[in-house]
Amino acid sequence: MGITLLEIKDLHVSVEGKEIIKGLNLKIQSGEVHAIMGPNGSGKSTLSNTVMGHPKYVVTQGTILYKGENINGFKADERARKGIFLAFQYPTAIPGVSVTNFLRTVLKSIRGVEIAVKDFRKELKEKMELLEMKDSFAGRYVNDGFSGGEKKRLEILQMALIQPAMALLDETDSGLDIDALQIVSEGINRLRASDRGMLLITHYQRLLNYVQPDFVHVLVDGKIVKSGGKELALELESKGYEGVEGSDKKAVAR
Amino acid sequence: MSPDQPILNDLKTDDYKFGFSDPEQYVFKSRKGLDSSIVKEISLMKKEPQWMLDFRLRSLDIFLKKPMPNWGDTELMGQIDFQNMYYYLKPTEKIEADWSNVPDDIKRTFDKIGIPEAEQKFLAGVTAQYDSEAVYHSIKKELEDQGVIFMDMDTGLREYPDLIRKYFGSIIPPADNKFAALNSAVWSGGSFVYIPKGVKVSTPLQAYFRINSKNTGQFERTLIIADEGSSVHYIEGCTAPTYSSDSLHSAVVELIALPGSHLRYTTIQNWSNNVYNLVTKRAVAHKNAIVEWLDGNLGSKLTMKFPAVYLIGEGARGEILSCAMAGKGQHQDAGAKLVFAAPNTSGTIISKSVSKNGGRSSYRGLVKVYPNAKNVKVNVRCDALLLDEASRSDTYPTMEINEQSATVTHEATVSKVGEEQLFYLMSRGLKESDAVTLIVNGFFEAFVKELPMEYAVELNRLIGMEMEGSVG
Repeated sequence: MGITLLEIKDLHVSVEGKEIIKGLNLKIQSGEVHAIMGPNGSGKSTLSNTVMGHPKYVVTQGTILYKGENINGFKADERARKGIFLAFQYPTAIPGVSVTNFLRTVLKSIRGVEIAVKDFRKELKEKMELLEMKDSFAGRYVNDGFSGGEKKRLEILQMALIQPAMALLDETDSGLDIDALQIVSEGINRLRASDRGMLLITHYQRLLNYVQPDFVHVLVDGKIVKSGGKELALELESKGYEGVEGSDKKAVAR
Repeated sequence: MSPDQPILNDLKTDDYKFGFSDPEQYVFKSRKGLDSSIVKEISLMKKEPQWMLDFRLRSLDIFLKKPMPNWGDTELMGQIDFQNMYYYLKPTEKIEADWSNVPDDIKRTFDKIGIPEAEQKFLAGVTAQYDSEAVYHSIKKELEDQGVIFMDMDTGLREYPDLIRKYFGSIIPPADNKFAALNSAVWSGGSFVYIPKGVKVSTPLQAYFRINSKNTGQFERTLIIADEGSSVHYIEGCTAPTYSSDSLHSAVVELIALPGSHLRYTTIQNWSNNVYNLVTKRAVAHKNAIVEWLDGNLGSKLTMKFPAVYLIGEGARGEILSCAMAGKGQHQDAGAKLVFAAPNTSGTIISKSVSKNGGRSSYRGLVKVYPNAKNVKVNVRCDALLLDEASRSDTYPTMEINEQSATVTHEATVSKVGEEQLFYLMSRGLKESDAVTLIVNGFFEAFVKELPMEYAVELNRLIGMEMEGSVG
């Protein structure tokens, strides 16, 4: 039995005065992979940004507990150092900052100690090979002129280096062709671990063919309207959100 | 600090933490103010030839007659009191300030920038010369064998009067502007460099390797001549902070790139924020010559500096890359000028500025193409980054294109540190200040990557310290 990593209770979130999340409950234990599926505008990205601590997303009610601690007031960097990670749907470019320099700075911030250049190079090379990334990638500027697939690979590469306890992956499958999807999915699967929780946020169940979740939740209009096992994703695929929505209004994420 | 307090506001206290001064130990100190007797005294002290004295007096006359510039930051310039300053101080032969008297925070700054102690002592004015004789001798021997001249301007005038008479003031005449006239009247120190025909100098010439070099003067005068087919990289200044009690610094730098030569001039200046740094820098590039200016400006109260390249020979190329960082109470009025007076010439200007805590940066540029200078190609790019609402950036580009066949591109951007960039970096565990520093470092990368490694490392550390706002 794992420990409870993330526990969201009656969460309400507003963005620029408009309520997007309207009473969401979710609990993720270590070792579990959860998927949240929902149509556009249902609040999926709002959820991931809120858990990570984006200042634009205001929690108006409810709590987010991480390892039992209320993290509502914590800034993004504090959450990251505690073990929360978000793979972005739209990672931002940092022109002029090389991937290598960026990743070393990130690891120093997360681990709190400087990593010897030699050790870092070795670690980076290993992880990059697993994601089938060329050496030259490390010298490019972070997300600057990257293709969609390259951006997503860099997100997974960061996750592999950081080794977070709780990883949120926001639409990681979007913008990937089938080969890239396989490589990225393998990267995610390798990071499944008994001491790690994962939350996959996705519009389509395509990714779930490769990364099989333990639990699937359906998010509609800021609330989880149905929860189940991985078969729920297939049901969604055949019936669509319309077919599932409201079919079990009392369902609450476990 | 509370977690919600916007961090950009306390990124830096703008107190100049590096300021320190030596006890005054001058064998000669002129009285305050400026007139012909002071100028005569300076020339006499230096035992100069009559033609230089005449040059100085003529320049003084021009200075006194010329009005202050009516453009630029006239408000700050208006505060300069020319009669309330000293124009010539001859330092003692050996500065005997004691290293143990140098404040700890200065030493810490030096340590953080990562410069060796011998060099630190030079920078702190404890030794008059970078105490690295072993290193210096090997370089000196190599240069001498190649016939390279590299010395301070006063020595140059004594040893190579003909060469200096031929080129001194040839591209920046005293009448060019009020501050060039002032420099021409009271100049002292600076570098004199001559690279003979066909000589390629492999190691960058660094001003602090220069023998008998004193601390940076107020009115430096630098002249570099790259003879036909030669190449040289000259580096001046350093990222270490330079304290000066003199409020006005006005240098003149003249570069002459003769046919087929390649001349690169790199300078990084970091003055304490009481200083007016009003500099005239110009280069001429003859046929197929290449001139590159790399110009970095931190600190000072007001910097006005517009390195220029006049492309006067066919096929010549000029590149100007500048960066500036303006903090509280500072105005970095920087830019570049490219003047095309020959066919098939080309040039690039890249300007990068960061303004923070109410600082102000300006890009002031000129691109001029003369008629019949066929097939000129020029690219101008200026990027400004604002770190807060109180800071300011202005762009004053002037284009005078009098030739149909010219290809000119101009691109200017003003950006703010984006919320999304900050969130992305903070979601990776970087504190807000570290995130901003990384973004700023990335912004300056185009400049920094052109620097020799040790300068690049120093500059990045310095930017980090500026952003941190503490050296303790």
